[in-house]
Amino acid sequence: MGLFTAYVVAGLGALFGAALLIISLVRPETFNGLRSMAADAASPAGEAGAAGRTESQGFFEAIAGYYRAGSRNAELEREMEVARVRLAEAQALKQENERLKAVLGLTHGETRPVAVARLIGSTSASARRIGYISAGRADGVRPGMPVTSPMGLVGRVLETGSRSARVLLLTDSESMVPVRRASDNLVAFAEGRSDGSLRLRLVTLGTNPIKRGDVFVTSGSGGLFRPGIAVGVAMEITRDGAIAQVLSNPAATDFVTVEPIWQREGYEAVRSPPRSDTPEE
Amino acid sequence: METLHPKARRDPFGSKINRAHSPLLAIGLPWLTIMLGSLTPWLPIIAPAPILPPFGFMLLLAWRLLRPGLLPLWAGLPLGFFDDLYSGQPLGSGILLFSLVLMAIELIEARFPWRNFWHDWLTASAILGPYLVVAALLSGAALTFVQLTMILPQLVISIVVFPVLARLVARLDRLRLMRFRRIG
Repeated sequence: MGLFTAYVVAGLGALFGAALLIISLVRPETFNGLRSMAADAASPAGEAGAAGRTESQGFFEAIAGYYRAGSRNAELEREMEVARVRLAEAQALKQENERLKAVLGLTHGETRPVAVARLIGSTSASARRIGYISAGRADGVRPGMPVTSPMGLVGRVLETGSRSARVLLLTDSESMVPVRRASDNLVAFAEGRSDGSLRLRLVTLGTNPIKRGDVFVTSGSGGLFRPGIAVGVAMEITRDGAIAQVLSNPAATDFVTVEPIWQREGYEAVRSPPRSDTPEE
Repeated sequence: METLHPKARRDPFGSKINRAHSPLLAIGLPWLTIMLGSLTPWLPIIAPAPILPPFGFMLLLAWRLLRPGLLPLWAGLPLGFFDDLYSGQPLGSGILLFSLVLMAIELIEARFPWRNFWHDWLTASAILGPYLVVAALLSGAALTFVQLTMILPQLVISIVVFPVLARLVARLDRLRLMRFRRIG
């Protein structure tokens, strides 16, 4: 092949790539099938690796905690102490809620997990924050289902293969979760910032009552996530909300639970393609 | 009769008699290693932010800089496609960027035909910076200033790691040219 022909072929390749890119940016769901097949093919290897992750947690946490090394570590530990206390408080409130509901005779359907899976890997080199879990359509996992860990919300299922699924992690900048403060009903949106933290934006503008250490849980609006799953703890107050630390750090998570969509009718009513679920500004 | 030195019919790639290169290995190894590099997301590291270097892309750079002409100019199409399947980027961004970078290296080499360690490292660094920025811009993520500054640590890690990868590729290149195939 002559040099000219090679350039022509490579140029055509680049143009083909650009065309695919435009299609996948405009309609992100177009190539889901292809990617799911690819993920299915690679997931056994990933799962074997994930099994070893738990043992070597310390080492990987050191890598993942690269940004917050040193001086911030002590600060984080103190924040975690606060977070635990607040979580316990939230737990108490939840129990009281449960009790009051029981008194009123309301049935509160116990959410039964769809599947328990390993968190296999994540897109650690891309600006998107997408994780892979080791359960798929064959286990009953469907797009949109919330993924939680014992520590709180991890994300939601984006695409499913037959044995694996891609999960949009909370910290992805396309992820937006309706939350409320655990101690009262201050509602906000938690947006990912793709650097491991969340941006909380209050729904009501005006004075900002958030304080450092406030714990936020899912509010249940939108119908996707059941209310009361821990999401994040406010670390830094901004003008219209706060920067929050994610409570269930995916790096420290081994097994995750896939839960059913909380209120399917409500969710389907407000459902829109993932790229346009951000409110217009 | 005069005896030959026992090493006379050998070179670092094995015996020169009765053995030949394996075409599968000689041609396939670069493709295989680059594709393995693209499987980085399956490493058991759940990163809260993009911190790992783009290994698939860096292996492509390393192979291309070490052995010009080994990878065809259109290699960006299949390799970029494979990278897109796993990287989390929208499909097509890898194809586009890999193809453009291969053409860019071709042009750079037409202009600066010399090569040494520093030159290769500089070329790779000069390509990695724009690559990471453009990849982040094309990722479909809502980018603000915060997200763009997060590329910096990743870029530094990538640039520092590149010589190590280049060294690894040089080792793999020796394996690639081992004479494994027995003739006759």
